[in-house]
Amino acid sequence: MQLILRQGRVIDPSQKLNNVMDVGIDDGKIAALAPKVAGKGRKEIDVRGLVILPGFIDMHVHLREPGREDAETIESGCAAAVAGGFTGVACMPNTQPVNDSEAVTAFILSRAREAGKAAVYPVGAITKGLEGKTLAEIGEMRRAGIVAVSDDGHPVCNSQVMRRAMEYSRIFDIPVIDHCEDRDLAAGGVMNEGGWATRLGLRGMNPAAEEVQVERDAVLARQTGARVHIAHLSTRHALETVVRAKKAGVALTCEVTPHHLLLTDAAVAESSYDTNTKMNPPLRLQEDVDALARGLASGAIDVIATDHAPHSVRDKMLEFDHAPFGIVGLETAVSLVCDRFVRPGVLTLERLAELFSANPSRILNLGRGTLAVGSVADVTVLDLERKMDVKPGEFASRSRNTPFAGWKLTGGPALTVVRGKVVWSL
Amino acid sequence: MASLSHKDLLGIEQLSVEDIQLILDTAEALREVAARPVKKVPTLRGKTVVNLFFEPSTRTRSSFELAEKRLSADILNFSASTSSVTKGETLLDTAHNLEAMSPDIIVIRHQSAGAPHLLGRECRASIVNAGDGMHEHPTQALLDGLTVRTIKGRLDGLKVAIIGDVAHSRVVRSDTILFSRMGADVWVCGPPTLLPWEFEKLGARTTPHMEEAMDGADVIMMLRVQHERQNEAFFPSAREYASLYGLTRERMRSAKKGAIVMHPGPINRGVEIESEVADADYSVILNQVSNGVAARMAVLYLLSGNSGLEP
Amino acid sequence: MGKTGDKTRSKVQGKVVMTASEIDLVLARIAAEILERLGPGEDFAVVGIRRCGVHLAQRLCRKVEATRRRAVPLGILDITLYRDDLTAAGGNRPTLRETRIDFDVNDRSLILVDDVLFTGRTIRAALDGLVDLGRPKRVQLAVLVDRGHRELPIQADYVGKVVQTEASDDVDVRLAEEGQAEGVFIKGASKNLADKASPQVEKRSLLRQTSIFDQGAT
Repeated sequence: MQLILRQGRVIDPSQKLNNVMDVGIDDGKIAALAPKVAGKGRKEIDVRGLVILPGFIDMHVHLREPGREDAETIESGCAAAVAGGFTGVACMPNTQPVNDSEAVTAFILSRAREAGKAAVYPVGAITKGLEGKTLAEIGEMRRAGIVAVSDDGHPVCNSQVMRRAMEYSRIFDIPVIDHCEDRDLAAGGVMNEGGWATRLGLRGMNPAAEEVQVERDAVLARQTGARVHIAHLSTRHALETVVRAKKAGVALTCEVTPHHLLLTDAAVAESSYDTNTKMNPPLRLQEDVDALARGLASGAIDVIATDHAPHSVRDKMLEFDHAPFGIVGLETAVSLVCDRFVRPGVLTLERLAELFSANPSRILNLGRGTLAVGSVADVTVLDLERKMDVKPGEFASRSRNTPFAGWKLTGGPALTVVRGKVVWSL
Repeated sequence: MASLSHKDLLGIEQLSVEDIQLILDTAEALREVAARPVKKVPTLRGKTVVNLFFEPSTRTRSSFELAEKRLSADILNFSASTSSVTKGETLLDTAHNLEAMSPDIIVIRHQSAGAPHLLGRECRASIVNAGDGMHEHPTQALLDGLTVRTIKGRLDGLKVAIIGDVAHSRVVRSDTILFSRMGADVWVCGPPTLLPWEFEKLGARTTPHMEEAMDGADVIMMLRVQHERQNEAFFPSAREYASLYGLTRERMRSAKKGAIVMHPGPINRGVEIESEVADADYSVILNQVSNGVAARMAVLYLLSGNSGLEP
Repeated sequence: MGKTGDKTRSKVQGKVVMTASEIDLVLARIAAEILERLGPGEDFAVVGIRRCGVHLAQRLCRKVEATRRRAVPLGILDITLYRDDLTAAGGNRPTLRETRIDFDVNDRSLILVDDVLFTGRTIRAALDGLVDLGRPKRVQLAVLVDRGHRELPIQADYVGKVVQTEASDDVDVRLAEEGQAEGVFIKGASKNLADKASPQVEKRSLLRQTSIFDQGAT
């Protein structure tokens, strides 16, 4: 056998497993799963005391290539992914040029193969040039390998266009991922509208800008029967809409980011206008953070995704109004969730496996998210005792824009296996 | 000995009651300089003050310049139109270039809230916020406080009504914090479209009804309203705005006896304030202007010992 | 306030250089000298340097007015803005107070009053301040104590008392107007204070004291 992970605690909800076991891997696939796998592997790793999970997938990442290789490349982004415990990432189409054609999709996949670390799942544009007007060639892109469509960062405001996109996506059974933001209500804002924006004199983004659009998508998803996934959901009321739609049988799913789970808009004031607290959707209120944490545990939220958005220091070190939205997340997400949710007992390891692996795989139809014998050997191994200081200077990502610098965390990735190959270890 | 507890003056928010009192006392002492035949003292001789203005401003800038000149500082004026900002240089590039000239104090006016804070983190010079976006305009609040204290003899226990475009005003934020911190009862009034969420957290009561705000007020401060706002659906027309929120002689008749009228300027005669009201005896708009120089001299004097400290 | 309290305070206060009654006597002498030297027709004003100089100037004014039966204008000068030690970094700025000189200084003789003449830097600052207010006919300096150690070429025209000190000593003028038990005290590193503070009221001033009586005769 190519590789045997010895005596780790295997957590795999797809097989209802929570036992100390050996995992045997051969030919890039899970070959054996037993309390004791006989024989000797060409490589054996003792993972006693560690947790073996189906490979984590970050379904919301910006790899910036092609176009902004100064901030991130497919290679550096994949290196960051595996260092953060992710075996696969879905990359958003807002590159330069936009991934709205077969050619760009093919380019991304070939660069990912060369990088040879994490699996890359491209997301195609809904509309040409992300302009929200005419549909991109979704069928062509699907043939080239996209797993979903989204106009992330440039929300489709025209509801008729969105309706058509949902109808059309059903041909390919791929989800429409929507960044929900009513641009008129958001009104050029740079942080959450509320007491802190008032005090700081910053233009506020009304939370209704997100909530109205989530509501619209729920209605259109019901009507079209399309699979719709709400990206980086951030408010209590938006979550209520999703829960209601799900109950009514609508194929609506949603993701949240670690930063929306852990920070509020007070961070903008506390950091004295640090642009690493500027993201879209913006950091919200404590009541939103609390509602999201409850949704995480209850199952109302399907996925934790990072919205990894690298920006160079030069671009980010601007006036708060002028700095771009977004922060990096690949190398902090798993540790943050372990430290703040798993260790305190808010999340079980089974829920962790669903949020980071099984659910994103199911939504994007990737056939991952399981350690069943015969499946692709993408494996994430966690050390729940690992001590980690967040040091942006040591990131594998080309960018350092994180609000979590200096945080001391316990728990995080220890080993990342992609297609049976150890691509990263502590 | 006296000192401010900060290297920079970024906002009233950071100032304690003692800090505010110290600045006002110092400003009061400095007002006498303007009455002399030689309106200049050598206090800041050899110190360099940079006036970094990214937004056009005649009043604030002239006021700062006069304050600096009266204290004998060397002045470097740097405005966005003559600078390399238009050539793609970032605020930090500009700041680092200025730092290389070792200024002691940088006075900055910028369209973006928090720009002075960014500078404060990066520069050894003391930063004075001369207005940042919709955030704060601390020296305006200090001169307003000085004006009211001089006329009324105190700040605590006064009712201060601030009326107009609250949402887009940095003056109202600084004034609200200053007056409420000094014990005044601050009321903020404007159409709900121009009253930002949770303004009460700054220490004011809010109302959309001008009569309620003006009732028993010792100080009535009008805020400038820009005509452009009517195109952004904040109110239907300047005419309707003036009828609902304009300070008229009619409204002044029901004001408390001895109430004073203030305005940070420049005024829109006939919109937020009737011409006759702006020129009446109870208007102290011109006192505000002369107190502006003294308040800014006080800030420069008190901060001048702090430059050169680590940011 | 019991006697014991006073005793402990006097230990902290250091050695007595002048008592309250001595201060009064000395001011009376200076007032007489001023009148003598400026002559009867001279239009002059008294300017006190904040803080203690102001009280002394007030007292001098009253004494001069009593003799002369004519009002003498009194001005208050805050020299903070003219200090030459402001360039030093370090956060603390001396507290500023108002300068209040309500009369025209042009072509008028001014008597500048301060409590202690030491390095001369305060007087230098005060002269700069006065010059910014106009062009006085002449400026004379009156001080309660001259303790030496000049760093600038400045001398007083009227001196209450010359006291030998070490540069590191503290000379403390306490006045009733400040709510303090009045007197001039010296404390500091030097051990043999007694030698220095004892009646060293110099011959010069004794000589001048005689002139008071001459003045009184005229």
